[in-house]
Amino acid sequence: MNWLTKLFGQKEKSGSLAKSRLQMVLVHDRSQISPGLMEQIKDDIIAVIARHLSIDPDNVEVNLTSTQTESRLVAEIPLKPNGRRKTTAYSLE
Amino acid sequence: MSGKVITVTSGKGGVGKTTVTANLSVALASLGKRVVAIDSDIGLRNLDIVMGLENRIVYDLVDVVEGRCRLRQAMIRDKRLPELYLIPAAQTRDKNAVSPTDMVVVCDQLRLEMDYILIDCPAGIERGFRNAIAPADQVLIVSNPEVSSVRDADRIIGLVEAEEKGPARLIINRLKPAMVARQEMLSVNDVLEILNIELIGIVPEDESVVISTNRGQPLVLSGQNGASAGQAFRNIARRLDGQDVPFIDLTHRESFIDRLKGWVSGRN
Repeated sequence: MNWLTKLFGQKEKSGSLAKSRLQMVLVHDRSQISPGLMEQIKDDIIAVIARHLSIDPDNVEVNLTSTQTESRLVAEIPLKPNGRRKTTAYSLE
Repeated sequence: MSGKVITVTSGKGGVGKTTVTANLSVALASLGKRVVAIDSDIGLRNLDIVMGLENRIVYDLVDVVEGRCRLRQAMIRDKRLPELYLIPAAQTRDKNAVSPTDMVVVCDQLRLEMDYILIDCPAGIERGFRNAIAPADQVLIVSNPEVSSVRDADRIIGLVEAEEKGPARLIINRLKPAMVARQEMLSVNDVLEILNIELIGIVPEDESVVISTNRGQPLVLSGQNGASAGQAFRNIARRLDGQDVPFIDLTHRESFIDRLKGWVSGRN
């Protein structure tokens, strides 16, 4: 780390980066859901919802979150703008 | 009273399982306990050379299991201590030469004569791991403060619980306090928060581990006091034996020169 990087903002320290990367990967390891399976689940959710509603498939997000006591699968599915109405999002948990 | 079986495992290789097993065995024996260390890494034995007993092997664990010798004949006595023995692994066979049931049978026999039976587990989560874990009363997990090792430790903790051998306790090995102070290494608290497991020891990175292993002389007998690996191993042994021993303070204190260097390079 030199004067320049200090001037233009510090790079994240590798220790905290290691911690956050580990926390992310362990959510998947512990639930035995691989990133590939997540993609599959996401595609399936899009296919099912799209049969009933007009959604914006490019902005669908499916994530695993985890705390000490529980893990949950969280899906954010934005609907396509429909006439004058504003975009709304369905949240599936 | 019957002896306790303690299995030392990690998932990942190269994190220091064998060094930990050797040093804890010697440290427990120097507390006056009757100790036997078993190398369960069939085909890749190393506990013998780390303990400095590699020239005295006649029979090994597979010979015992296959009935070619009595258990006592495969127990190499370490003459530096009153009651310390090693049962080496076979070098020419594979993990399938021993079954989990074989390990339980051997350990049940050893429990009658020993206070502690320490098992050095091979890396991996296959047969060798199941062999090492089958007879365990307690499980110690060794992890380095780095991502691959912590990830594998997490997996192993899950498997240990699935085998109903938990809760396992954690040894953080090869911690570099100066790197932690610079926030360039996972801290003890980071690792504990991620793994959510009880800590039994923190071993600092220490050149004397390599040197004593080179010589085949146990570090815990020669190592210095203070914030050294030798002291850390002695403390873990006393905790295993039920004593309440405070953790060594490994907080890195920057010297004036360190601070000056940090200031010059723009790091505060």
